[in-house]
Amino acid sequence: MSLSTAATDATTTYNYTVVRQFSIMTVVWGFIGMLVGVILAAQMAFPELNFGPYFHFGRLRPLHTNAVIFAFGGSALMATSFYVVQRTCQARLAFEPLVKFVFWGWQAVIVAAVITLPLGLTSAKEYAELEWPIDILIALVWLSYLAVFVGTIMRRKMPHIYVGNWFYLAFIITVAVLHVVNSAAMPVTLFKSYSAYAGTTDAMIQWWYGHNAVGFFLTAGFLGMMYYYVPKQAERPIYSYRLSIVHFWALISVYMWAGGHHLHYTSLPDWAQNLGMVMSLVLLAPSWGGMINGMMTMSGAWHKLRTDPILRFLVVSLSFYGMATFEGPMMSIKTVNALSHNTDWTIGHVHAGALGWVAMISFGAIYHTIPRIYGQINMYSIPLINLHFWLATIGTVLYIAAMWVNGIAQGLMWRAVNTDGSLMYSFIQSVEVSWPGYIVRLIGGIIFLVGMGLMAYNVWMTIRNAKSVTDAPVTQPA
Amino acid sequence: MSSFWNAYIWVLFGITMLGLAALIHFTRKMPDPEGFTEETTGHSFDGIEEYNNPMPKWWLNLFWLTIFFALGYFIFYPLGNWPGVLGWTSQGQLTDDQVAHQRRYGEIYERFASMPVEELMDHPQAMRIGQRLYEDNCALCHGQAGTGSYGFPNLTNNDWSWGGSGDDIKTTLLNGRQGQMPAMGAALGSPGVRAVTEYVMQLSGHSVDTALAERGEPLYNATCAACHGQDGTGNQMLGAPNLTNDIWLYQIPGESLRASIAHTLNEGRAGNMPAWRDFLGEERVHILAGYVYGMSER
Repeated sequence: MSLSTAATDATTTYNYTVVRQFSIMTVVWGFIGMLVGVILAAQMAFPELNFGPYFHFGRLRPLHTNAVIFAFGGSALMATSFYVVQRTCQARLAFEPLVKFVFWGWQAVIVAAVITLPLGLTSAKEYAELEWPIDILIALVWLSYLAVFVGTIMRRKMPHIYVGNWFYLAFIITVAVLHVVNSAAMPVTLFKSYSAYAGTTDAMIQWWYGHNAVGFFLTAGFLGMMYYYVPKQAERPIYSYRLSIVHFWALISVYMWAGGHHLHYTSLPDWAQNLGMVMSLVLLAPSWGGMINGMMTMSGAWHKLRTDPILRFLVVSLSFYGMATFEGPMMSIKTVNALSHNTDWTIGHVHAGALGWVAMISFGAIYHTIPRIYGQINMYSIPLINLHFWLATIGTVLYIAAMWVNGIAQGLMWRAVNTDGSLMYSFIQSVEVSWPGYIVRLIGGIIFLVGMGLMAYNVWMTIRNAKSVTDAPVTQPA
Repeated sequence: MSSFWNAYIWVLFGITMLGLAALIHFTRKMPDPEGFTEETTGHSFDGIEEYNNPMPKWWLNLFWLTIFFALGYFIFYPLGNWPGVLGWTSQGQLTDDQVAHQRRYGEIYERFASMPVEELMDHPQAMRIGQRLYEDNCALCHGQAGTGSYGFPNLTNNDWSWGGSGDDIKTTLLNGRQGQMPAMGAALGSPGVRAVTEYVMQLSGHSVDTALAERGEPLYNATCAACHGQDGTGNQMLGAPNLTNDIWLYQIPGESLRASIAHTLNEGRAGNMPAWRDFLGEERVHILAGYVYGMSER
């Protein structure tokens, strides 16, 4: 494989180098992050598998979440956003050196996470565990990412900005704000810092961050992906321009309010809990707007599902997205939350989004992109994509069904009382009841991971077939 | 909260709600609200065109419904300084629940509260309640069967650091206990620690280096006897364990008894049994004490 980009004038081709880099790292980090997830699932079922401090659940868990959200999800978002923004603006990426820094800086962040988290170095903020020196690097990388993205949009050759790019841009801007505010801390040593906030304020800021990490990183960013790859793969126009505008503004204005629902029945003031719940309910329609627009875009192209497993990934991801964004508002209702909070239901809900929506739409997008950036027409094997699709779907369904059953069983057992007012079950009894569910979850996770392995093989074989790789010339406005 | 922050919350909430209502109200009108349009907006992004179909009616209605729910909810429930017409608070809900619980179940606990702790083991209902209380609150440290573990006393063997009468157990549960074995490493020096270790092991009948134990005896009498007694049988007033019955709270897993005792002498020990008065209430503690007493009697 030789890169023959030098032959062409750099300004007339798209920058596919960084898209290739991030696409490959999406697959690599995806496999590693999910492998750690499977190990954790095994540790939950068989606690004897907790070996020593470095291989302990408590240290591997943040490694798993960081690896799948920020390494796998982040690489997928960066790969696709750099691809999409160039293609839809008909412009090469701006600020070449910053583009390189975004890639290498982001990989350095991930490697630092892989080293520091098992060592037990953590700020103890969920989904923001990395210590302050790494946080500073993240901020620098992220601002560079923003500069490249905005710079490229400013180079576009048409008056409008494609809706996919609005979502990507909202994701990039908001994550910058969230990260800087939530990670504000007073360093004590190179590896230890204390949060700038205390008590309930700290908790509220943490979950303002945490929920919007879901809302902007895992929802808005991936909706940007959806808005390019679904119409592209289905070869159909977007169903409704108007709906895309309305649900965009509604989504980004309402998500900001919903974080309080993570702190139901805590010392957070009652009104703030209420507000978190109510705004979560208002969030239902804006969230579904994206699902409707994606699904309706399929009108006239449903027959393609019979032959196109990439489209299957995209459509099924939208189904899981719709399901998870219904489940979320429902779980934020305080009465429901009283049952679901601290149970496996929460983990099931997260993975309906993480496996069903985020991972599946990324698979579809990467399968679409890889052949195009490696000068191929198709992936090495379409049947392998199809097999991956079925493994991913079955794995996800097993996972979330097991966690629903476990979660509801735990919630009901914890609140059951005898006729004398004492609790009917001890905690350990609810753990015993959960054990079969942990096994099913482990099996589902292994199946999902095997699919990820097939994808890695398929991508590897596709790239190997690419004799010479040229970057596509920038298309001219029609 | 100050009126500034109250206003801040309400103004932001109001603007957001009005903004959402305006957004879906002013965008709902379509040139052809009935049918599926075949007209695109004329944009093309990398070949992607866009229809401009109307937003689904059911979707708009769902959106309106949630907006009205949000506005209606805060008529009844608190936001900022507004208490809501129902006057609901989570603290009030807790108090109501506790009162209702007391009304419903109070009689059962009152009946047992008047009996001595020691008699409760003859009442199966009290034992069932006690067992559940034990499994939910105590088993984590003392074990499901009450046999304890490293640093957590065995409750089944009739060896009590702080007394085994019903009232003693109840006092322990209500107020907790703080056990303090001071570190003696500096005072005794390492030959002293070895000698006292040997003497302490001799107290419970282990075969020891008798010459060393003989040297330990005066050191023991000078340093340890004040709490553990001249004869080593301990003092329940102080929580000083009996050293003669070969029951060891701090035998380190995987270590010899000799090494464990030397460690205790060198470093000291600090045991902490939490207080349950506020968490469980006195009537439940009474029944729990009966259950724990029963564990050692059975």
